[in-house]
Amino acid sequence: MVQTAPLPVSSSASTVRPSAPASKPPPAVPVDDLPAFDIQGFSLWYGSRQALYDVSIRIPARQVTAIIGPSGCGKSTCLRALNRMHELTPGTRIVGSLRLFGDDLYASGIDPAYVRRRVGMVFQKSNPFPTMSIEENVLVGLRLNGVRDRAFLQERLEESLRMSALWDEVKDVLNRPGTSLSGGQQQRLCIARALAVQPEVLLMDEPCSALDPIATAKIEELIQLLRERFTVVIVTHNMQQAARCSDRTAFFYMGKLIEYAATREIFTNPANPQTEAYVSGRFG
Amino acid sequence: MSPLPRPTTPGAGILPVSPRWPDRSFRWLALLAALSIVALIVLVGWELYAGAALAVKKFGVGFLGSSDWNPVTDKYGALPFIFGTLVSSVIALLIAVPLGVATALFLTEMAPVRMRQPVITVIEMLAAVPSVIFGLWGVFVLVPWLRDHVFQWFKHTLGFLPLFKGPIYGPSMLAAGVVVAIMILPIITSVSREILRSVPNLQREAAYALGATHWEVIRIAVLSYARRGLFGAAVLGLGRALGETMAVTMVIGNRPDISASLFAPGYTLASVVANEFTEATTDVYLSALFELGLVLVALTIVINAIAQLMLRTLAGPGSGKVM
Repeated sequence: MVQTAPLPVSSSASTVRPSAPASKPPPAVPVDDLPAFDIQGFSLWYGSRQALYDVSIRIPARQVTAIIGPSGCGKSTCLRALNRMHELTPGTRIVGSLRLFGDDLYASGIDPAYVRRRVGMVFQKSNPFPTMSIEENVLVGLRLNGVRDRAFLQERLEESLRMSALWDEVKDVLNRPGTSLSGGQQQRLCIARALAVQPEVLLMDEPCSALDPIATAKIEELIQLLRERFTVVIVTHNMQQAARCSDRTAFFYMGKLIEYAATREIFTNPANPQTEAYVSGRFG
Repeated sequence: MSPLPRPTTPGAGILPVSPRWPDRSFRWLALLAALSIVALIVLVGWELYAGAALAVKKFGVGFLGSSDWNPVTDKYGALPFIFGTLVSSVIALLIAVPLGVATALFLTEMAPVRMRQPVITVIEMLAAVPSVIFGLWGVFVLVPWLRDHVFQWFKHTLGFLPLFKGPIYGPSMLAAGVVVAIMILPIITSVSREILRSVPNLQREAAYALGATHWEVIRIAVLSYARRGLFGAAVLGLGRALGETMAVTMVIGNRPDISASLFAPGYTLASVVANEFTEATTDVYLSALFELGLVLVALTIVINAIAQLMLRTLAGPGSGKVM
């Protein structure tokens, strides 16, 4: 079963408003083994500088895929191409195809806003909206979609905060500003905000690089929980983190996908000498 | 450059320390400069008050509430001028703030990079035009045009409101508001632009990543983040508008009346002082003008204080704590 065909959405369309009961799990993962992302021959340029070279990769659904590689290797670019965030940088150009559960995300007529509703994102630095309360931060995506049903919003608020393991810490202070939380809590708030619109995929761009080890451990724990319902793609500088919390790992170097395999393979028995050199700490 | 001496035994080969006196004398000089500004403000305030003393004694608090302005009977009151100053400034803000913020939004969020600098340069040129030139242009171009077209339109479509009733002369409160709006537009635009530029990109990306459209990003990530700063930009513009003299004098009609109609002529504190100080023949007349000056200074200070208080209640970055 494939997701329904994509429709370009306007801001007023309430695509996430549930027709079924609100407790319905996030969009069902296809029963056949259709990958979450099927990327073929994908290259990307910033102006005249090529950042990705002919990347082909199939990212499986309901698994955690880590993207590793030295700085400037294109791993963040690749992640941002998955929900077309790179288009915010003027002068980018792509060739190749990128499909999400079979739908071509770069087909003409596809609104990038629509893509980003299906593919959520968490950033390196937590970025809650400072003028909004914790509750408003979580619900802002739904409100943008025109959801007004209070009971439904309330339910989704709790569900999202529970999924991001923040509920118990904030349930009594939901009206406090999002920025009043600690750094790690803010990052989990951002995860809750991304989850509230029930994306099919969650992209994480070095989500722990600004956090201390305890907050990092919490986020990693959380990623393990998320994989039961979502597809997670995480870019990380930290190889131990990739080893700890991912099912599959992709190693990028100089804009090229060098190796992509089960995480254990990459870290214990890499096929490529460059991968071996990187994971064993000889460069990068 | 000779190489630094190697550290050897204590005291040996160490570079001589510069004398201390330049340090100290610079400190005194800086303190003097800072104090002279305070002294200047105190002096201006005292002189204004000294000049106004006669009128203050003669009219008392009633000066603020009286609408008389009659040099023949030597009776003076400030109310029409306070009214004119506030109304023309508010009109100017109502026009200039949306226009200035929209221009700043266009420049920071929408305009192609190549187009930004030329537009900014033009706005800066607008700020460089002398006040009297705006006045001249106002008298001969803007006011006739407003009178023959815009005011007529307002009268026909919104004439049922007291604001747009009454005869149309041309020089009027509304005309002054429009001219002042043009004059404070550059400051509001450039301050707003700086504020909007300071909104972290991460905020915009957060909104985009939720599937927000361009307008939604501006609304939830940019404008709400920047609202304190934008309010500050408006207050800065208001400060300018309150004290604007030359151009206002040329287009407001200079009649000390209080009328509900924006088409009616008015008068402001600044323009009456500028207009009449040469013809103030009696001591009381001159003293009344001084008192108007004092009222203008006080008004500006009070409005700024209110703005500061309002700013504090406005949540935003930097005040993320619960009030």
